[in-house]
Amino acid sequence: MADHTMSEPNRRDFLFLATGAAGVVAGGAAVWPLISQMSPDASTIAAGAPVEVDLGPIGEGKAITLKWRGKPIFVRHRTAKEIEEAKKDDAAALPDKQADSARVKAFEGKAQEKWIVVYGNCTHLGCVPIGFSGDYNGWYCPCHGSHYDNSGRIRKGPAPRNLDIPEFAFLSASKIRIG
Amino acid sequence: MAEHHSSYVPKTGIERWIDARLPIIRLMHDSAVSYPVPRNLNYFWTFGGILMFMLVAQIVTGIVLVMHYTPHVDFAFASVEHIMRDVNYGWLLRYMHANGASMFFIAVYIHIFRGMYYGSYKAPRELLWILGVVIFLLMMATAFMGYVLPWGQMSFWGATVITNLFSAIPVIGDPIVTWLWGGYSVDNPTLNRFFSLHYLLPFMILGVVVLHVWALHHVGQNNPTGVEVKNVAKDTVPFTPFATVKDLFAMVCFMMVFGWFVFYHPNFLGHADNYIPADPLKTPAHIVPEWYFLPFYGILRAIPDKLGGVVAMFAAIAILAFLPWLDTSKVKSGKYRPTFKIFFWIFVVVSVLLGYTGSQPTDKVVLALGGRTILDMVGFAQILTVMYFAYFVIALPLLGLFEKPKAVPASIADSVLGDAKAAK
Repeated sequence: MADHTMSEPNRRDFLFLATGAAGVVAGGAAVWPLISQMSPDASTIAAGAPVEVDLGPIGEGKAITLKWRGKPIFVRHRTAKEIEEAKKDDAAALPDKQADSARVKAFEGKAQEKWIVVYGNCTHLGCVPIGFSGDYNGWYCPCHGSHYDNSGRIRKGPAPRNLDIPEFAFLSASKIRIG
Repeated sequence: MAEHHSSYVPKTGIERWIDARLPIIRLMHDSAVSYPVPRNLNYFWTFGGILMFMLVAQIVTGIVLVMHYTPHVDFAFASVEHIMRDVNYGWLLRYMHANGASMFFIAVYIHIFRGMYYGSYKAPRELLWILGVVIFLLMMATAFMGYVLPWGQMSFWGATVITNLFSAIPVIGDPIVTWLWGGYSVDNPTLNRFFSLHYLLPFMILGVVVLHVWALHHVGQNNPTGVEVKNVAKDTVPFTPFATVKDLFAMVCFMMVFGWFVFYHPNFLGHADNYIPADPLKTPAHIVPEWYFLPFYGILRAIPDKLGGVVAMFAAIAILAFLPWLDTSKVKSGKYRPTFKIFFWIFVVVSVLLGYTGSQPTDKVVLALGGRTILDMVGFAQILTVMYFAYFVIALPLLGLFEKPKAVPASIADSVLGDAKAAK
């Protein structure tokens, strides 16, 4: 045996390696379902299908909160003055720099500046910020003190990003589809 | 003490028969009856036994609560109320379980500070100490998941905040959070898996406790002098009756405190908001974790950067595992380290104050001068966070080099009987 170990790789070495490799693959294949089962299941994904939202009832200067995929979504109808402020603040010191125009969507080539649609979860640790409050009259998160402006941009506090914008599109001037 | 020889002598035929096949009675006798313990242990050494009792109490009350609890978002809250109102003694079992968690943490914090004061983490007890840190981490995970189960407002938002901590990890953070949730937000799949893990983790704790006790019995207990046992006959007494009776007495005293909470102030340590069913659309105005997480929560909030805050919070726990190598002093017990003592007590106060900052709103004023805010809660927590870490990375390494310790007794027996001998 002693001179065997020193010699060229033989058939037994190959078999050892091949068995070991097959064992690793089999082990991985056995563990994968155990890990994968924790990901969102088919019913959860199905329940997260797109929804249509009628913007008609939301008056100027008002906002609604709707629930989609278990999360709150804020739809805010901004006044002309608020849009003005948000645009002016494009030049302000923003932790997550983004122009107000990049946070609204267009319908038939026209920017729908009065509608702000954002996820209602603070980008810090997911609490629901309170609307029309904080230093910038946007949102204020009571958990750890993040201030957002009316465009949903982070202005002050520990949150790293602006409020996330869900995937959505205008179906008409007063109707959107989220998702 | 590793050479501690078995003194078990089977008395009956049945015992001899068992001993030859599975020496389990011998094992129990050697570790709980004849096992030699330092004769100078004080009451701080009774918390290991108290913790063992609390673990068993939590498992027993937990198992029976599961017989009535429903892990579903639509029924969880109601099933907890059902336990409180309809189930025979349900109120008692649930209050014991909820307050038991708090008592468990009170005991473990005393146990940890005991180890830190008397240098119980030093050689040859490094692994024993690290196993303790692992138990502490498992306890925190278990307690957190348990708090989610009643599906009240604090349950839901606590779960949201804590799982979102993982979103701070660059690139893979968000996929990890979705995987943890099993959905797009904290929801029914999350509640179900937390329930499963809340049932599993205590048994994992039990497993690590077995290793912890094994390591303890292999190297022997530390003691208030920090001097190792030199002469088993002179320095030690048998575990039974000496330690058993002392542990039992301490346990009874501890249970009186436990009972006082359970019967007179069962909701004092909880939060009223958790009696409001979970609402994913509304965060309570002031969310706080359970009291035992507050110091770490204080550190999390002290750092203005999200990833930085999460890293600092986990580092505050992880750094405990490095304690055996951060403390450079050759003297184990704080009793003989006059300067260390001062820093130790400052550290204790800093830890408690960090807990206080974690319980307060972030914008609350701590220090104001002429109407101007000099220091708010975040600023205060930042100072305390620096002091917390400074204890580990500055004070302990340097103290060992510059401090002049007092004379350490020659042996445990000397420290106990020295005065008596001198008087003769």
